[in-house]
Amino acid sequence: MTLLAVNGLHKSFGGVVAARDVTFTVARGEMLAIIGPNGAGKSTVFNMVGGQLRPDRGQVLLDGQDITHASPQKRFRRGVGRTFQVAQTFLSMSAAENVQMALISCNRQSNGLWRPASERHRDKAVELLSRVGMAEAADTPCSALAYGDVKRVELAIALAGQPKLLLMDEPTAGMAPRERAALMDLTASIAEAQGIGVLFTEHDMDVVFGHAARVLVLLRGQIIAAGTPDQVRQDEQVKRAYLGDARALEPLRGVSPA
Amino acid sequence: MPALDPAFLAVQALSGLSSASSLFITACGLTIVFGVTRIVNFAHGSLYMIGAYTAATLVPRLLELSFGPVTFWAGILISAIIVGLIGVIIEVLLLRRIYGAPELFQLLATFGVVLVVQDLVVQVFGPQDILGPRAPGLRAPVEILGRRFPSYELVLIAAGPIVLGLVWLLLRKTRFGVLVRAATQDRDMVASLGVNQALLFTGTLFLGAFLAGLGGALQIPRVSANTGMDLSIIAEAFVVTVVGGMGSVPGAFLAALIIGQLQAFGILIFPKSTLVVVFLLMAVVLAIRPYGFFGRAEIGGGTHAVGIASRSPLPGRGLILLIVIAVLAAFPLVADAYLLKVATEILIFALFAFSLQLLIGVGGIVSFGHAAFFGLGAYGAALAVKWYGVSMEAALPLGLALAALGAGLAGAFVVRLSGIYLAMMTLAAAQILYAVAFQWVEVTGGDNGIVGVWPSSWASGPIPYYLLTAALTLITVLLLKRIIDAPFGYALRAARDSEARAEAIGLKVRQHRWLAFMIAGAAAGLAGGIYAFSRGSVDPSLLGISTSVDALTMLLLGGIQTVVGPLVGAAALHGLRDWIMPLTSLWRLLLGLSIIAMVLIFPRGLVGTVRDWWGARA
Repeated sequence: MTLLAVNGLHKSFGGVVAARDVTFTVARGEMLAIIGPNGAGKSTVFNMVGGQLRPDRGQVLLDGQDITHASPQKRFRRGVGRTFQVAQTFLSMSAAENVQMALISCNRQSNGLWRPASERHRDKAVELLSRVGMAEAADTPCSALAYGDVKRVELAIALAGQPKLLLMDEPTAGMAPRERAALMDLTASIAEAQGIGVLFTEHDMDVVFGHAARVLVLLRGQIIAAGTPDQVRQDEQVKRAYLGDARALEPLRGVSPA
Repeated sequence: MPALDPAFLAVQALSGLSSASSLFITACGLTIVFGVTRIVNFAHGSLYMIGAYTAATLVPRLLELSFGPVTFWAGILISAIIVGLIGVIIEVLLLRRIYGAPELFQLLATFGVVLVVQDLVVQVFGPQDILGPRAPGLRAPVEILGRRFPSYELVLIAAGPIVLGLVWLLLRKTRFGVLVRAATQDRDMVASLGVNQALLFTGTLFLGAFLAGLGGALQIPRVSANTGMDLSIIAEAFVVTVVGGMGSVPGAFLAALIIGQLQAFGILIFPKSTLVVVFLLMAVVLAIRPYGFFGRAEIGGGTHAVGIASRSPLPGRGLILLIVIAVLAAFPLVADAYLLKVATEILIFALFAFSLQLLIGVGGIVSFGHAAFFGLGAYGAALAVKWYGVSMEAALPLGLALAALGAGLAGAFVVRLSGIYLAMMTLAAAQILYAVAFQWVEVTGGDNGIVGVWPSSWASGPIPYYLLTAALTLITVLLLKRIIDAPFGYALRAARDSEARAEAIGLKVRQHRWLAFMIAGAAAGLAGGIYAFSRGSVDPSLLGISTSVDALTMLLLGGIQTVVGPLVGAAALHGLRDWIMPLTSLWRLLLGLSIIAMVLIFPRGLVGTVRDWWGARA
């Protein structure tokens, strides 16, 4: 069942076409990866779905509703959660307060002037943190957490809005290989259990081919291939485009995936 | 009608061009320095003033040795070079240490330099204005359409484009210029290319200060060098750089041209308030183009990493509160009338500073014009008493409402902006109000202000008024504290910590900031109203830059990361002022040096430092 439908999305910056007639869908519970060399237009497409950029043409439909021109705030209310390439959390707050803030916003209480924020939705926040394995760190300030843990807190914040669609821009950038697999396994299990569609961009091919159900390959703003990891890996055009090296997408021999 | 006489119009346009030239030469230095260092240099106006004083002193001596145009222009150039070297000293001693500091600290540190220079100029050049010599060979006026026009002004008109051309050549054709342009676009990239940053920045400061000095030195045949030059030019130079786009030299030129004409012809429309017209232009331009004509959004944006963070509540808070209430209530038993007056003022300023903390410490909104709302509250109350004869009980809420209204209006413009543009816009709002209060004499009494603003009989006298102030301050601070801990305060902090994250969880950042502006404005307005009744009068200085800086200094002194910091900072600054000011004529020098010292070695403030020390011990 289609959750996200992107139709003919087009964006140019001056003379540079960053996205050309990009069309794809994401189903509930599906993990779709967008890959491509640097400058292929991954972030452009991603930010048009997330609401940080306005497309020149085309449509973004979430559950059949047009969100092409909706602000990031509106998308959040429609059920879009997101994480950022460089994790964005509220560093002056504890891990729990970060999630509580998302819950407060979700319940439209952010103009509340009386009851302290730290007393609201505390149990629910701790429960969300325990889902990403961060319950013990609930009262630790985010500024004191290791980066991998901050990424987990960010995931908990994104989940607090009960998203239908989760956008993850390079979710494992800046993490150690072992942490990468763990975070993506966690994401996959949550997505499957709750029927959340996940759209992510990624540079680490182990993460992409290990976790994505389908892969889109972008080159110079255009989709040149789409399909299961195996189909994409075999695609001649992709092999040529990707670093010009026919074997760039094959797993390294003798090295087990982390 | 004489206004439509073509000769008159021509002369007005020409004098507009000549003031545009002077303004451009000065603002050009400011914008180049900002482009490279990302520091908004308040002291730029001081460098301009030093240029004028140096030239007015130096050029007559040189002319005694050898009279002639060459000597005159050489003297102007030497003065500008001297100012350039002073700029180098400022860079090496101060700016170099604060490139990485938050914007607020940079602004305050360079304002500290302004204060220091104000006293030093009086020490070096004496307290009286210095009238410079007229330029040899340019003494006779020329006739334009039958009207006499000073020929020196024509030279000034040419000077602007000449400086623009020379700066353009410098930036386009030299290695230094390439580095300056590269650093203006992407400072981090230039740093990672192995460019000698220290030399680049020092060179830039020399260039910027040289241009400021040149701008000032060129003024000596027109106006006498005086101690008010620094703040009046810096306000205009800020407008020029902001309207043109920070860091853009052509932008500054275009903006200076527009502002010069606006001033020349604005006199015909609003005879008394050209300043208001100029600031209104800035408000309109920023409303349409948030980064000025040719400015660009900061890559990555400014960081507001400093501010209030979550802390576990202090054990025994309730007891501490009771003790504070008891001490405040018992104070009149031991204090005399003078001490009560001092305590009343400290409480008022504590409330004022605390209201600013909601914007800066909680919201990361660096307002540089908080005096606007303090002054609106004071004037609102005073005007209500003077024109409608209402009592104190009605006047205080009226002042508060006026301040909240003003904050709502200013905030509607301001919350669209960020970083330094926001700081400049708030400053502009305060300056507009200052100009209105100063120039609308029929209503506001102008420079003399409004007198006869006395409290109701039950509250008059030192003890009752002190108790009233203490009660109102305490209640408002507790209410604001509650708001800071409530979801609204957390939402402000969220937007400060990460705007992208705040938007992604559905927070309406602008709306929250707007409301924060109104709440902070209302609280500052209440403080202003109480202040008006405590002194019995109001005057335009309540709306001035120095009142805004007082509040910022209190925040800095107490500690921006702490909730009670501003309260302690208000007491410390006011106490120091009462204690030291009578002892010395160099109060501004001392205050300036203390501000600089605080930024450099004591950035966490009194409360922050004590807390860290306590935390390290435990």
